[in-house]
Amino acid sequence: MNRLAVFGLVFIALLVLVALFAPFIATHDVGATNLAARYLPPSSAHWLGTDATGRDIFSRVVFGARISLRVGIVVVAVSGLVGVVVGALAGFYGGWIDRIVSGYVINVFLAFPGLLLAIAMVAFLGAGLNKLILALCIIGWVGYARVMRGQVLKVREYDFVQAARALGARDWRILFTHILPNAVQPLIVQASLGMAGAVLSEASLSFLGLGVPPPAPSWGVMLEEARDLATLQRAPHAMLAPGIAIALTVLAFNFLGDGLREYLDPRQRRR
Amino acid sequence: MKHKLLDIARRLLILLLVVWTVVSLVTVLIELVPGDPATAILGEQATPEQVAQFRAKHGLDRPAFFFSYSEDAGGLRWNGWENRYVDYWREILHGDMGRSFRTDRPVVDLILSRYGATIELAVAALLVAVVIAIPLGVVAGKNRGNLTDNTLSVVALVGISLPSFVVGPLLIYVFAVWLGWLDPSGRFGWSSIILPALTLGSALSALLTRMVRSSVIEELGEDYVRTARAKGLSERTVIYKHVLKNGLIPVVTILGLQLGVLLAGAIITEKIFNWPGLGLLLVDDGINKRDYRIVQGCVLVISVTYIFANTLTDMIYRWLDPRIRVS
Repeated sequence: MNRLAVFGLVFIALLVLVALFAPFIATHDVGATNLAARYLPPSSAHWLGTDATGRDIFSRVVFGARISLRVGIVVVAVSGLVGVVVGALAGFYGGWIDRIVSGYVINVFLAFPGLLLAIAMVAFLGAGLNKLILALCIIGWVGYARVMRGQVLKVREYDFVQAARALGARDWRILFTHILPNAVQPLIVQASLGMAGAVLSEASLSFLGLGVPPPAPSWGVMLEEARDLATLQRAPHAMLAPGIAIALTVLAFNFLGDGLREYLDPRQRRR
Repeated sequence: MKHKLLDIARRLLILLLVVWTVVSLVTVLIELVPGDPATAILGEQATPEQVAQFRAKHGLDRPAFFFSYSEDAGGLRWNGWENRYVDYWREILHGDMGRSFRTDRPVVDLILSRYGATIELAVAALLVAVVIAIPLGVVAGKNRGNLTDNTLSVVALVGISLPSFVVGPLLIYVFAVWLGWLDPSGRFGWSSIILPALTLGSALSALLTRMVRSSVIEELGEDYVRTARAKGLSERTVIYKHVLKNGLIPVVTILGLQLGVLLAGAIITEKIFNWPGLGLLLVDDGINKRDYRIVQGCVLVISVTYIFANTLTDMIYRWLDPRIRVS
């Protein structure tokens, strides 16, 4: 695997540890405001300084990792599962299921900006973490379904599948023990890129005020709170810290996804 | 010829299906709003008469769909054609999108007054992206595999991963707060579009750089390049007159497809820079004030523009490169 993918993997491992042990790593209470300590620059007491209401930015960034990873993991798990099942059924059985899934659903979803759909759903349902996750799952599963369907169509015709069928294997056995293992690789790549997308979407919606409501230390919320001119003038680090956290996280998952794709598909290796 | 017509027909069918889905979605989703839009707008103190008047005015007193289900009415009930779903279709086909719940202005007027600003921003971002990406992509492609190329590739990946709500405030900090060269927000003179366009176009320029790079690498391996070099053309002419002409075909498609992405992404950029486009209308006047008619209209117009931009690009692409028509 290339160096960038290794960087991605290491960063993600670190992020998971930070999220798991957030209460031990954070140096201050995430919600504790202190109007006497507003806009402080980074120091030994506040490693990344304080924001407009005197909250410790380092602690908030640490706890923000929990929100980002939670959204990412739930969205990827749920939309991945739904997508794989639907894609497998559509690819394996064809017929009317496939006509609906690939002819209508995939076409419609791909013809529609995902972020706008998420925004529209949250706009009508109301803001909140769970509604945001639901919205992201509804737009997310189609990608997995498409990948899975394509893989099933390809693997279905292989000799070993025909052999298994000739030996009298049942459909579900062929699907799960013969086809699925051969479709796992592109799905892992899709999941890695899906994590990047989910983290980004959560931050985008929270930034717009449509995701996690404000006191929560979501990176998107922190950015939104730090982007007014007064804060930018007095404490640009309040915007930089969550910004860098989002950028690095998205970058790490993208690096990992790209690296895995190259690694798993030797034809795409450059050197 | 028959093939081509069938293909266009299929494409139009998908287009119609998508538009139908979007319209259905915005009409059905409004029914999911927790509570009653009328009380959300008028407040808890509104008298029942006021609420009833509001509902009648905006057609909210009519049944939501062709059929409804309620225990009292004894299960499923057929409502006939007099329902809100049909109402909304009828309005749209007459070029009407209802009136704003709050200001009572026609939603169509509100959207038309903002549409230009969004298109302006998206096109400016597209230009920014092209101007940055073509030279960088050519340089990277020509120097394939060496340090310049690798550095540019990493920069491009970083650029793709940087969300607009990180780039935007950063640009505001550098150019408005620190250097004081540009306005931090709003739409005043020609210069106020610079920062929003850079913000919206940055990710696209990174993506395009990668595309141009791989395109240039692919074309450089073709026979016609060897011929052009053999007849003594300078490397500059070879690249800019021959390689780019062929290499830009896939890039054109990406550009068209990205115009749609830019329209959706403009929502965030407009919010950052207070740029008075559709996105700001959607978020500030629509979602934040719970003016659902505006939300419906904006979602509909942004999606339809996106879908048409994509379909159009696809057709142009097929026309540009006959090889793809068959497959």
